[in-house]
Amino acid sequence: MPKDHGIGASPKRREDVRFLSGTGNYTDDINVNGQAYVHFLRSDVAHGRIKTINTDAASAMPGVLKIFTGADFEGVGGIPCGWQVTDRHGEPMQEPAHPVLAQGKVRYVGDQIAAVVAETVEQARDAAEAIEVDLEELPAVVDMKAALADGATKVHDDLTSNLCYDWGFVEENKPAVDAAFEAAAHVTTLELRNNRLVANPMEPRVAIGDFNRGTGDSTLYTTSQNPHVIRLLMGAFVLGIPEHKLRVVAPDVGGGFGTKIFHYAEEAFCTFAAKALNRAVKWTSTRSEAFISDAHGRDHVTKIELALDADNNFTAIRTDTHANMGAYLSTFAPSVPTWLHGTLMAGNYKTPLIYVNVKAVFTNTVPVDAYRGAGRPEATYQLERVIDKAARELGVDPIALRRQNFITEFPYATPVAVEYDTGDYHGTMDALEKIADFSGFEARRKDSEARGKLRGLGVNCYIEACGIAPSNLVGQLGARAGLYESATVRVNATGGLVVMTGSHSHGQGHETSFPQVIAEMIGIDESMVEIEHGDTDKAPMGMGTYGSRSLAVGGSAMVRATEKIIAKTKKIAAHLLEAAEADIELKDGTFSVAGTDKSVAWGDVTLAAYVPHNYPLEDIEPGLEETAFYDPANFTYPSGAYACEVEVDPETGKVTIEAFSAADDFGNVVNPMIVDGQVHGGIGQGIGQALLENAAYDENGQLLSASYMDYAMPRASDVPYYNVDHSSQTPCTHNPLGVKGCGEAGAIGSPPAVVNAVVDALQSGGHKVDHVDMPVSPSRVWAAMNA
Amino acid sequence: MSHVSMTVNGKQMSGDAEGRTLLSQFLRETLGLTGTHVGCDTSQCGACVVHVDGVAVKSCTMLAMEADGADISTIEGQAAEDGTLNALQQAFQDHHGLQCGFCTPGMIMSAADLLKNNPTPTEAEVRHHLEGNICRCTGYHNIVKAIMAASGQDVSSIAAE
Ligand code: FES
Ligand code: FES
Repeated sequence: MPKDHGIGASPKRREDVRFLSGTGNYTDDINVNGQAYVHFLRSDVAHGRIKTINTDAASAMPGVLKIFTGADFEGVGGIPCGWQVTDRHGEPMQEPAHPVLAQGKVRYVGDQIAAVVAETVEQARDAAEAIEVDLEELPAVVDMKAALADGATKVHDDLTSNLCYDWGFVEENKPAVDAAFEAAAHVTTLELRNNRLVANPMEPRVAIGDFNRGTGDSTLYTTSQNPHVIRLLMGAFVLGIPEHKLRVVAPDVGGGFGTKIFHYAEEAFCTFAAKALNRAVKWTSTRSEAFISDAHGRDHVTKIELALDADNNFTAIRTDTHANMGAYLSTFAPSVPTWLHGTLMAGNYKTPLIYVNVKAVFTNTVPVDAYRGAGRPEATYQLERVIDKAARELGVDPIALRRQNFITEFPYATPVAVEYDTGDYHGTMDALEKIADFSGFEARRKDSEARGKLRGLGVNCYIEACGIAPSNLVGQLGARAGLYESATVRVNATGGLVVMTGSHSHGQGHETSFPQVIAEMIGIDESMVEIEHGDTDKAPMGMGTYGSRSLAVGGSAMVRATEKIIAKTKKIAAHLLEAAEADIELKDGTFSVAGTDKSVAWGDVTLAAYVPHNYPLEDIEPGLEETAFYDPANFTYPSGAYACEVEVDPETGKVTIEAFSAADDFGNVVNPMIVDGQVHGGIGQGIGQALLENAAYDENGQLLSASYMDYAMPRASDVPYYNVDHSSQTPCTHNPLGVKGCGEAGAIGSPPAVVNAVVDALQSGGHKVDHVDMPVSPSRVWAAMNA
Repeated sequence: MSHVSMTVNGKQMSGDAEGRTLLSQFLRETLGLTGTHVGCDTSQCGACVVHVDGVAVKSCTMLAMEADGADISTIEGQAAEDGTLNALQQAFQDHHGLQCGFCTPGMIMSAADLLKNNPTPTEAEVRHHLEGNICRCTGYHNIVKAIMAASGQDVSSIAAE
């Protein structure tokens, strides 16, 4: 019987009522009295030197309050980068300045040259058109390998080259890895590209800066996944506003997928301009602006080699990756191709020797940073593609080859610095085999062939590291922040609870799932628990939501704070019941004395805490409110096995997804309905990456796919119903809920399954194709078939 | 500026609009009905779908002035007077057909239009009808399922919520 309450139940989401009735409160729905509007004049060339900016005519246009340029931001801090990577030679990465508005040069199409603040958004837009910019166009640096060639034009004149860092991991292992390749019985090599993507949450970014001269307080309303991080980065590094004078509010946020983690120039601008003008200043991104100003994702070019011995055991992996940083370092950009990618190269397999080399490169393109999965999809894709290719070269079953090399004993220390606490890779593969009906595949293939189509089956595994992350570890790795999470649990006099969490929900349903945990712990109804998030004035300092960390880290903080509450209420109950504290039990919202029929209800105890007439005041304080900060001991390691079936039309090269199955191990599951939904969404994005999406630049640095007309977003008719399963559960060993995180799995696990299936289909038709780069568009598939 | 009046969710409403003011903008900014969302500027995403004289329209493709005198229905007008969700809204909640909620108003208004004209659509018809509505969160699985369920069809055999 499925549970109807607490952990493991699937109550309907309470946030849905407001979203379904049009009463959500998204940032663009907020209007501050007397607000003005800003329009950014963005560069339409990829690289150029700004000679002069003449704003005279524009400034005189109706409604214009002020036009800001880079000159107004001299002496103001730049947009900071939150992660410092050290290269193979022990040198720090090259870190360019990142001004709020361009100073001297523009470095990508979309770079902000000037900002017009006016009474209406139309007036601001009209005036921006009247700004005269004299710009000397420079050659654009677009291709990563060309960017590193001798004599290449530099994106940043004050850096030595376009190389941000040359990272080797683990550098000391390199000679042993090279030796293993010399000794290998078989080596499989694959070159591939992890296509550049635009995250495209359906809500475009919005920022509203406000300033109160009476108090000197600044407020920023913004579409963020982590308002406290924005407060810290913007307050401390850009504008010099201490936390107690700066409030950041991220209300209902319409999807994030990573791109709303980062601190953006528009946020700093609106906050700065509000103070300068003593007016609230609002910016709402258009979708066209989003394409050229939201940080992009992925964009790795990789060569991977896999060495096997004569018995088909994996003996070594060697990779060489170029990772695009774009024109500036976005908040977490340097960590994505390194610590979120290199550390996952072992995958689900006991490969003893691994060496990862990553060259991060500056180009005249939009900054690139984390997008759902961040580094882990890139690692999984190359590994699972090269294993598939090896299986074909060796003439062995790809599932059998994987199973043979699975890690089976835990904890398992990989050669790439992480230790998997738990997992059961045969278990998830068994679960996949059950739901994906492999035995019926040949019949389905025959049926497709009878209709003139090629059918392919692709399978892969994935492992990810999430619940990011132990602060001391990430500190050693270069993070300039801690990655704990916080929760304050406030119990009201009549027994209801409010949890103020540093986690942020932008679709994940925390308002529903977090109360399930508390309801289970105390034995009360979920309706007695309310979740507050997204406002730095309410919640204690928190690090926000990304890296599938909310429940694993934020939920753990909430559990710890609730444990403190329970400990205190037991003391009060012991006093009221005149019993020893050790004998007090809390069950179903009632405190009782073990072995007696004496009891007191939760609400009577909470009332006593606020009306302490009969209360152990000499031992404990009145009131009932506790805060906990939880810093995890390790990452969590969800894993899974995915299968995709495709049909390829040999006439056109068009690929259709016929079936998709996902078997995941997320450890314990609090709300199965929400978990399934997260997996569905991730798979939808992964299929989008594999089949449709591509942020393509031409050689001049113009983004060719800069709107929904050219950037192919997955639509309902591009995807099937998904078959998902999370019955294989190995609970995380080091957090109190035993949860691992599920937000990114679908996006990590699905692209290789699709491409493996396409290659399988093509080979079944006699085509000697062993790889097609994503997106596997009809033209690419057709070209591969007819090469 | 000219004065524009329309019936919105059964109430008479009016305000000033420039010639270039879009219906989506007029609803959100002038009338304060922020349930209708704007997700793009190329008429592709469908977050802005409303009904104009009973027909589903992307409100970003229509000028406010063109809607003068029209009968408009938006997401705010879908639930009963006491707030009870209608059958389609309820199916979205029951089947977890939304996550961040940003595409949801357009999805509901678009799906309502489908069910009005085709009360028991096939899965393929639902997917085809949603061609102009992009959702980035759900992978569409539960949206399609919710619409099928709202049409009274049995969805119990469709994998997982
Ligand atoms: S806002 Fe109307 S279709 Fe996107
Ligand atoms: S629910 Fe977020 S875009 Fe559809």
